[in-house]
Amino acid sequence: MSQASIAHVAIPKGGFAHELRATRVVWEREMIRFWRDKARVVSSLIQPLLFLFVMGGGLSSLVRAGTGGVDFKTFLFPGVLAMSVLFTAAFSGISMVWDREFGFLREMLVAPISTTAILTGKCLGGATVSTIQSVVVLALAGPVGVPYDPLMLLELLALLFIMAFMITALGLVLASRVKQVQSAMPLVQLIITPLMFLSGALFPLSNLPGWLTVVTHINPMTYAVEPVRSVVFDRLSISSQARAILDPGIYWGSYQVPVAMQIGLVIVSAVVLLFAAVKLFNRTE
Amino acid sequence: MDGSVHSAEAAIEVRGLVKSFKSVEAVRGIDLTVHAGETFGFLGPNGAGKSTTIKILCTLADATAGSAKVAGYDVATERDAVRRSIGLVFQEPTLDGYLTADQNLRFHGELYGVDRATAASRRKEVLDMVGLYERKDDLVQTFSGGMRRRLEIARGLLHSPRVLFLDEPTIGLDPQTRASIWQYLNELRKREEITVFVTTHYMDEAENCDRIAIIDQGKIVGLDTPAALKAGIGKDRVQIATGDDAAAIAALKEKFALEGRMVEGLVTFAVQEGAAFVPQLFEKLGVPIRSVTVTQPSLDDVFLSFTGTSLRDAEAKGSKFNPMLAAGRSRG
Repeated sequence: MSQASIAHVAIPKGGFAHELRATRVVWEREMIRFWRDKARVVSSLIQPLLFLFVMGGGLSSLVRAGTGGVDFKTFLFPGVLAMSVLFTAAFSGISMVWDREFGFLREMLVAPISTTAILTGKCLGGATVSTIQSVVVLALAGPVGVPYDPLMLLELLALLFIMAFMITALGLVLASRVKQVQSAMPLVQLIITPLMFLSGALFPLSNLPGWLTVVTHINPMTYAVEPVRSVVFDRLSISSQARAILDPGIYWGSYQVPVAMQIGLVIVSAVVLLFAAVKLFNRTE
Repeated sequence: MDGSVHSAEAAIEVRGLVKSFKSVEAVRGIDLTVHAGETFGFLGPNGAGKSTTIKILCTLADATAGSAKVAGYDVATERDAVRRSIGLVFQEPTLDGYLTADQNLRFHGELYGVDRATAASRRKEVLDMVGLYERKDDLVQTFSGGMRRRLEIARGLLHSPRVLFLDEPTIGLDPQTRASIWQYLNELRKREEITVFVTTHYMDEAENCDRIAIIDQGKIVGLDTPAALKAGIGKDRVQIATGDDAAAIAALKEKFALEGRMVEGLVTFAVQEGAAFVPQLFEKLGVPIRSVTVTQPSLDDVFLSFTGTSLRDAEAKGSKFNPMLAAGRSRG
């Protein structure tokens, strides 16, 4: 018997540093896969661009009378930013169904680390990928009449990152229940499309019928989209009437919900969804 | 003849293990001790309870009753300690095809918290061992089935586990690749101080193990070295094709006091000095014989003698009802 020629490596007894390393490497994997998958990058940008230029352009003459002179594309811009993030992030979360199908989920879940560390890495990955993609849409600010204000761009990136984190966590919750690859994408459509339509991304929240007001106000996406629009509209030189129509803010009864509180609500939703996903994955795998 | 390596602490210790799925008992009371450093085979047809047992030992499933210790840690109460001490190679592939071989290993090393200073050299060593170092920067999706399995073995070893579990490591591979996988596993035993626990339903592969447990319908029915198991039978196996099988079985009993049964469509019985027995058989049986095969005892015969059925027939029965499938856990 020849003696062991392979170095024995030591592995730690767990702890926070180890969990962080695990989170980091899960995030890193999302990055590697993102850069390798150029087709996904391109195809997920097409839908927001269609909305911005085709729907926005097509409807702008029709709605001009009601927007107080503001280009409809300008109004749509924050909504389309949110949309691009919404689809990419939802896909990042639901991609766990493929990880399960190809067995890699098991490789992650049998490691001596917490499910929280893995899913946090996944959410950070989804949020980073979505935010990077949104840069392409952000670059189109000029052509739709939004100034390239550096501070605004930074604020938008931060807001989109938080939104994407929340949506990736939602995608993970869905992925924990869906075992069939074929049903994953239809389910994303089923959940994400209403979230988008009921969030104020595509139309202002002012003067909606009563039931629509209720539904939009319980949709967490609403509280993620409104700060984005608010940050953009702060930089526009438009009349206060136009702002009141296009960016009325969110009211609970007569109480205007401050933007900071909206952001807080999104963060809370993100954390709740993440922990729900952890619970569900712990139970079912 | 009881395994070559002994240590104060058993690598795996299982006591009264039971696992029930709703109304089905997949594992029905298993007791088992695997010594440190030994290669232990877990042999049985599909649905016998092999995968269920391995899942419990790897902390992926809870036992309904009984206890198990792996590398000295309790699988129920010291989950992470068990996980740090074991390497796993599953039946189903668990690699990311969109990553390179080296990236898959790096991912694993980070998940297990392998010391960064030694991680790179360790990756090289395990890749070298399975002959994949030259392909380390290729995407895993370009690998063949055998290469993937080798990479999984390398990955299972990356964090220097004390026990390596392999669940059907050669399933679905061609015979040549199967042989090469075993070559790597035998090499591994020489190079690392590691206990290997392997499940298989290939008899020929079980010959590579120091000791074998034969599991059938959730119970261990035999446990010893391959040589001792075969010696325990002491008889040759004779299979005959006849014109009238029922009459042949009756005649065997009446004229030779031999217990014949149908195995794989042939009248089969065990007898000492099988080759010398054949002339008598032709003389006295009184039923037309179309062909005769005499074989020395193999593990297949061991299996037959312990379970009353050949592994292939047991397989056919097992596939009709597999408790793992019934519990809806066939994948992932």
